[in-house]
Amino acid sequence: MEIKKAAMAGTLESSDAQVTVEPGENGIQLSIESSVIHQFGRQIKATVEETLERLEVTNAKVTVVDKGALDCTLKARVECAVYRSNGIAENIPWGGAVR
Amino acid sequence: MINAVGREIPEEILKITGKEGYQGAKAKDNYEFKRGSAKIRAMVDPGRSKLADSIRDVLEKCGIKDGMTISFHHHFREGDYVVNMVMEEIHNMGIKDLSICASSLGKAHDPMVPMIEDGTITSIRSSGVRGRIGEAISTGKLKNLAVMCSHGGRVRAIESGEVHIDIAFIGAPSADEYGNLRANGGKSNCGVLSYAMADAQYADKVVAITDTLVPFPNVPASISMTNVDYVVVVDEIGNPAKIATGAAKPTTDMRKLRMADYCTQFVINTPYFKNGFSYQTGVGGASIASTISLAEEMEKRGIRMGFGVGGLTTPMCGLLERGLVDVLVDTQDFDLGAVESIQKHPDRHIEISASEYANPFNKGAYVNKLDFVILAALEVDVNFNCNVVVGSDGVITGAQGGHPDTAAGAKCTIVIAPLLQGRIPAVCTNVTTVTTPGETVDVVITDYGIAINPKRQDLIECMKNTKLPIRSIEELRDTAYSIVGEPDPVQFGDRVVGIIEGRDGTVMDVVREIRPYEFEN
Repeated sequence: MEIKKAAMAGTLESSDAQVTVEPGENGIQLSIESSVIHQFGRQIKATVEETLERLEVTNAKVTVVDKGALDCTLKARVECAVYRSNGIAENIPWGGAVR
Repeated sequence: MINAVGREIPEEILKITGKEGYQGAKAKDNYEFKRGSAKIRAMVDPGRSKLADSIRDVLEKCGIKDGMTISFHHHFREGDYVVNMVMEEIHNMGIKDLSICASSLGKAHDPMVPMIEDGTITSIRSSGVRGRIGEAISTGKLKNLAVMCSHGGRVRAIESGEVHIDIAFIGAPSADEYGNLRANGGKSNCGVLSYAMADAQYADKVVAITDTLVPFPNVPASISMTNVDYVVVVDEIGNPAKIATGAAKPTTDMRKLRMADYCTQFVINTPYFKNGFSYQTGVGGASIASTISLAEEMEKRGIRMGFGVGGLTTPMCGLLERGLVDVLVDTQDFDLGAVESIQKHPDRHIEISASEYANPFNKGAYVNKLDFVILAALEVDVNFNCNVVVGSDGVITGAQGGHPDTAAGAKCTIVIAPLLQGRIPAVCTNVTTVTTPGETVDVVITDYGIAINPKRQDLIECMKNTKLPIRSIEELRDTAYSIVGEPDPVQFGDRVVGIIEGRDGTVMDVVREIRPYEFEN
């Protein structure tokens, strides 16, 4: 998917993550800030990258401010931000690209 | 060397500190030594006054100079003004290279950070540190090693002469002009002065700082005039609202209530739960909830507690009110209810010294007589080792307190921890830092089940006929990891910035400098 406009999903509450996607060029510029970065930074990065790859996002600036979210939450926030950037709020491909 | 909890202690650290690595909970039993001593200046002339005009005046009278060791106690908790008041004056005088020997330091003492940075303070020994001091130590700003010690370990260090205090500063809620100090009878009452007692006996100079001067004699004194050189009167020694807070509301968190219920069920199914049993607990929500539910079982079964030890809170003092405990022995009061209780029940709520409480190197301490202690922990690993000092980000952010002392002493040491705190698992493969050795921890209670240390087959047997969810510690860890993933170890720098001192003075673990997290490519 293409990132058409800046979009955000999630909150800064404990156990959530706020994900912002913006249009970008030359691949993915990923910035991660996390309250649990020392112990889970690697996994957060892997989860966000996998989710972007699954959504076929190849060019974007992605900012994650994580407050200890589980992987399932991170995935959901990335997916939501990407769909919002495309103005899609209905007919989400549940079980397809979103799973 | 690799010590008895499997931690690598660099030879260089052993050399700098002159210490040995930890060898086991009872390795130093029967250890013999001569007590340390203090230099005393005789008070023969009845006409001489102990009153000093100001902090500055008393510092000059005590001959403060570079390189000295000065001590403080932490009964005023986050409401303390004494440490900052003294340190600010010392800083103004341009004194450098001081060692601080505090029973504990908190966020209230953040103003010490610039003094760490400019070399006024170059060594810190404390039960723990929080806030910006912890960050300063963990980012390598303190020149020498920080020593994190238990409450018992601190007294051991002072009484054995390992640490010699040049000047002790004792905040006293009430004092007479001759230095009889009480923890009550003033504006900032803290209930007891237990942690300052060793300082009063072993420091060369002892300075009392009070905001309430009362007529002589101020009795019964927690600290006697026989040990006090000077008395300084200031406007305020602390903020009463932060010294003794109102009683914490009983928790309504279902996870904590469930753990409290497990804890009570566990306790009553051990053979130690009988008339005259002894008990200590902390101030965490689950610990307090277990005291409340245990009291119900005691009433129902007609079982009385012989003595309770604390760190006391209103629910523990409530046991005294209800006649469920014979005696409370007290080293610290966490709320107003506890401060009031010791004044109301001087016969059954007794102030004890930190040495009587927990010192492993005297001739016997209360912790050795404990049946149960209920503790919390940031992390517990599959070897039952606990960490209560270093946070999941690698920064020093807690205190040993009496954790290792009571764990070593009690017949049944129970650690309560919710399995997950956000994404951080409380049960893990290897704790970041060992503060309490697993051989002294018997039971870990989580909201997902209970693990009993395999070396306690007797306790495992006791729980066979209960409905409690007994799991292996590995099962608890695996449950946690299945939800949050397996945490990576914190990426530390090389430099050792502090040691976790075992209560017997050995090195339990080292704390390294933190460094910014780096993603591997």
